[in-house]
Amino acid sequence: MTRFSALSLFTKALGGHKGWEQQWPDAQPKPSYDAIIVGGGGHGLGAAYYLARKYGITRVAVIEKGWIGGGNTGRNTTIIRSNYLYDESAHLYDHAVKLWDGLSQELNYNTMYSKRGVMMLAHNVHDVQSFKRHIHANRLNGVDNEWLTPDEAKEYCPPLSIDPNARYPVLGAALQRRGGTARHDTVAWGYARAAAALGVDIIQNCAVTDIRRGPDGAVEGVETTRGFIGAKKIGVSAAGNTSVIMKMAGLDFPLESYPLQALVSEPIKPVFPCVVMSNTVHAYMSQSDKGELVIGAGTDQYVSYSQRGALHIIEHTLASICEIFPIFRRMRMLRSWGGVVDVTPDRSPILGKTPVRGLYVNCGWGTGGFKATPGAADLLAYTIARDEPHRINAPFNLDRFRNGRLIDEAAAAAVAH
Amino acid sequence: MFLIDCPYCEERRPENEFAYAGEAHIARPLDPSALSDAEWETYLFIRANPRGRHNERWRHIHGCGRFFNAVRDTVTDKFECTYKAGEARR
Repeated sequence: MTRFSALSLFTKALGGHKGWEQQWPDAQPKPSYDAIIVGGGGHGLGAAYYLARKYGITRVAVIEKGWIGGGNTGRNTTIIRSNYLYDESAHLYDHAVKLWDGLSQELNYNTMYSKRGVMMLAHNVHDVQSFKRHIHANRLNGVDNEWLTPDEAKEYCPPLSIDPNARYPVLGAALQRRGGTARHDTVAWGYARAAAALGVDIIQNCAVTDIRRGPDGAVEGVETTRGFIGAKKIGVSAAGNTSVIMKMAGLDFPLESYPLQALVSEPIKPVFPCVVMSNTVHAYMSQSDKGELVIGAGTDQYVSYSQRGALHIIEHTLASICEIFPIFRRMRMLRSWGGVVDVTPDRSPILGKTPVRGLYVNCGWGTGGFKATPGAADLLAYTIARDEPHRINAPFNLDRFRNGRLIDEAAAAAVAH
Repeated sequence: MFLIDCPYCEERRPENEFAYAGEAHIARPLDPSALSDAEWETYLFIRANPRGRHNERWRHIHGCGRFFNAVRDTVTDKFECTYKAGEARR
């Protein structure tokens, strides 16, 4: 595998960018592996990479029913932040944000992580109190977050309207400067390339149809559309389809899958310097390096696997965007799409062991899984390798729905992000 | 946006007159104090979330205001039928 560098880019440019080699091989399934990861998104590919890199388990396959990064990894709005309220969540999301730092160097792949800041707008007294509580809780956990006055918010993001006569005036904002965006596709590709270089097989167009279990109940492997593949350890990282996979192992999960939409505008010159989110009017936006305004809409109200949502959800979101940023009222939207997100009752993920021996799960990230990609991947790999959860993901177990130790992040996750 | 048949109004109306109300036919426990933690977990949190045929509740909130049930395919989003609350699962 050629290492990417400024020099390799320069020399290949002289040759008209011909002669780049394939970034990773299109692997064919072998009869068995030490571990199988179901789901070739950022979380799954990352888990395979960390299994090989940190835990020395290199006989690993990532099985993806479509193409890698074609699910929610390629459909989200690429926002990274860790300003969650509870200690457990702050540690979990901040573990990921710390790994985002230096990820491009580690993978030798430019993930375009840009710490442009995530600003959450407060529009009423409740928002102000809630955000200030979040800021104090975050700072106690060592997570940066600060309060901005409306004028400071306007200075940080000039397109913002702080008109006091607005229907929902901006009363202030919480700013996490380390938050930002990354290029979602490169996260999948970077992990795939780095994992494949360590010997991981990345198998696309291969859907899991059943999970085979032995007489003692432990997993023996997966039945797929390309035949049986054996493994004593299976990690499921299948986002919206996790319920379906878990039923194959006889497990019922506390998950519901909803369509979540996003859209982009026509590309324009750089005008929007950060990420702005507003829970109250329900909209959030950033600008991609291509120049498109990237806008996240909400989930539809009903369970669906259709990967598309209703138009009235988008209309509602755009009405909110026009309210907060009157400058964009005449922008035209270019594309919209949907993904299927798996939502837990407490809006926190499930990351750890399952009642079935050898079966591990990373799911329930709901509307905000992208930001956690490196952290979730690392912790899933740890859990698979050690057969026990890391102390960071231990609270995010499946048992909490039975013993009542929920981690209720509905407030932090109130706007679908 | 869906067009949904309200079995009470006997009219087909747009989705934004309706509120989704989760999976249907989840019976509230008759003797709550007798339930184990596992049974509470099942009642409160475990959902079928099927890829395919789904029995679900809707409420005609901007119409008659009544709850009813529907069968919808979660892959195609097509409604198979709607029926009144209290009727047997279809």
